[in-house]
Amino acid sequence: MPNIESLSFFLPELFLTASMVVIILVDVFMGPANRNRVVRQLSLAALAVTAYLLWVQTDPGEAIFFGALAVDPYSRFFKWLFLIATAVIFFVTPYTSQLLKTARHEYYLFLLAVMFGLFLMASAQDLIIIYLSIEIVSIGSFVLAGFLKGDRHSNESSLKYVIYGAFSSGVMLYGLSLLFGLAGSTNLFDVQRALASITGPGDLILVAALLMILVGFGYKISMAPFHFWTPDVYQGAPTTITAYLSVAPKAAGFALALRVLGIAFGDNLQFPADQWFPVGNLAIGTVIALFSGLTMTVGNILAIQQNSVKRMLAYSSVAHAGYMLMAVTILNIQALGAVMFYLAVYLFMNLGAFLVVILVHNKFGYDDIDDWRGLGFKLPLVAVPMGVFLFSLTGLPPTAGFVGKVYLFSVLISSQQFWWLAVLGVLNSVVSLYYYLRIMKVMFLEGEPTGETVSDHPAMTGMILALMVPVLLFGVYWSPLMGWVRASLKIFTPGG
Amino acid sequence: MDSLESYLFIGLVLFCFGLYAVMTRRNGVAVLMGIELILNAANLNLVAFNRFGGLSEQLPGQVFALMVIVMAACEAAVALAIIINLYKTFQTIHIDEAREMRG
Repeated sequence: MPNIESLSFFLPELFLTASMVVIILVDVFMGPANRNRVVRQLSLAALAVTAYLLWVQTDPGEAIFFGALAVDPYSRFFKWLFLIATAVIFFVTPYTSQLLKTARHEYYLFLLAVMFGLFLMASAQDLIIIYLSIEIVSIGSFVLAGFLKGDRHSNESSLKYVIYGAFSSGVMLYGLSLLFGLAGSTNLFDVQRALASITGPGDLILVAALLMILVGFGYKISMAPFHFWTPDVYQGAPTTITAYLSVAPKAAGFALALRVLGIAFGDNLQFPADQWFPVGNLAIGTVIALFSGLTMTVGNILAIQQNSVKRMLAYSSVAHAGYMLMAVTILNIQALGAVMFYLAVYLFMNLGAFLVVILVHNKFGYDDIDDWRGLGFKLPLVAVPMGVFLFSLTGLPPTAGFVGKVYLFSVLISSQQFWWLAVLGVLNSVVSLYYYLRIMKVMFLEGEPTGETVSDHPAMTGMILALMVPVLLFGVYWSPLMGWVRASLKIFTPGG
Repeated sequence: MDSLESYLFIGLVLFCFGLYAVMTRRNGVAVLMGIELILNAANLNLVAFNRFGGLSEQLPGQVFALMVIVMAACEAAVALAIIINLYKTFQTIHIDEAREMRG
């Protein structure tokens, strides 16, 4: 579709860009007294209008901007996840004591810019847009991770983030340039058509390109062995940003990886209902299965040794990337649905767990696990939801995490491939039980009921309880969420 | 010498130099230079593929390379700002000495 006609299907992103420009101008003319409050309110309003534009968006039936972006139910599902995550972070930011000393007006703008990049990542189907969108998200995240300028940990985390991020996107770009050379086009569908006809000497270059592209995706979703930045960045960044990075860019990375692997490296243009065959009989499934097993094992084993709750949750997010990669090995429609379902559930439980970390940090000023002792007696309204989030992260019924994990495992089992990976996944879940339950034990079984309770912040506690509702609800009645996922399982393909 | 292979070879050499610099250098600015080498290796590939692949009508490779140059400038600006900030708090730009978080 030509550019001018495409604009009407690009309204959410256009509005987001325009509102960022307006907010920057308002910010310039605003006195320092009201800045934080006014910019936050304008940004929230921009989010609301973007959500409305996304709600009324119709399907064009073809790719917009000459095939560069797909407007399909699949991308819209992820865009809703990004909107929810951004809105939650905007809501809790004024109640985060870490951020109270700094001027926060630019923080909201950077978050909006990152969200714009995430929107592009969910829609991208052109090599140029893929690279651009990953960089937009990364550059915004580098700044946000280092937002506490005088804080040594925050500086260190943004330094590590920028070096790992720039390096892995550089390697990915080299892979994309090889892919462009093989295909002679930047469009994913043209790439697939070109790759399908390659046999013989081109294969080595194809394998190199694929591995280099996996480095870029692996960095975004923190897949081992490209996860080294994750614990340091998650620990040093402001906790609101940690919460955001652990859910939104990870979801976008999975959205993009599934689209690119499924379309460009599949043996035909349609997403298969039963079995997916890679182009030229490459062993893509086996490679991803190896990465998946390594990722969940590394994440869980290192999480056991942590004493900082924030760092433990960072390693747990690595392990969760491994669980989701289990389904990516199969790459049919069922696998796609399982990953989308899990990402939606993961959004609620992980955001919730990090909000509890923020609240505990606000009240007591530390995040060492020993300092959580007796939290169940001091802050019961926060400790009980934390217990629910931890149960859900472990994958115990009756929480949504259990349902999500069942879907992930059922993909492997019904495909009858990689049975060792399913066994490894179960073993890893058992290992993860240890460190999640360690937090539970410290919160509820240690310390004594002194009768003193700490006043909890009503707005934060309300948000935490609100995030607990979907985790519990989708654990017993998940058909609405699964219905939404099934309705969103339409990836745009030409003539499809 | 005017062949696709020679350009790809130079690109590969640049890529390896960049990789080597990132792996061995501990000075933050030198690591950034290595990353720039990797990006320029990819740019050279893109432009060479465009010229020798019979795509001179539409120039997708050249457009891609231009986009990469712009993004590399943005990334360098942010990375240098972060390194300046690092110098303010740690009094060093050696990335090994910024190591307070462990585990």
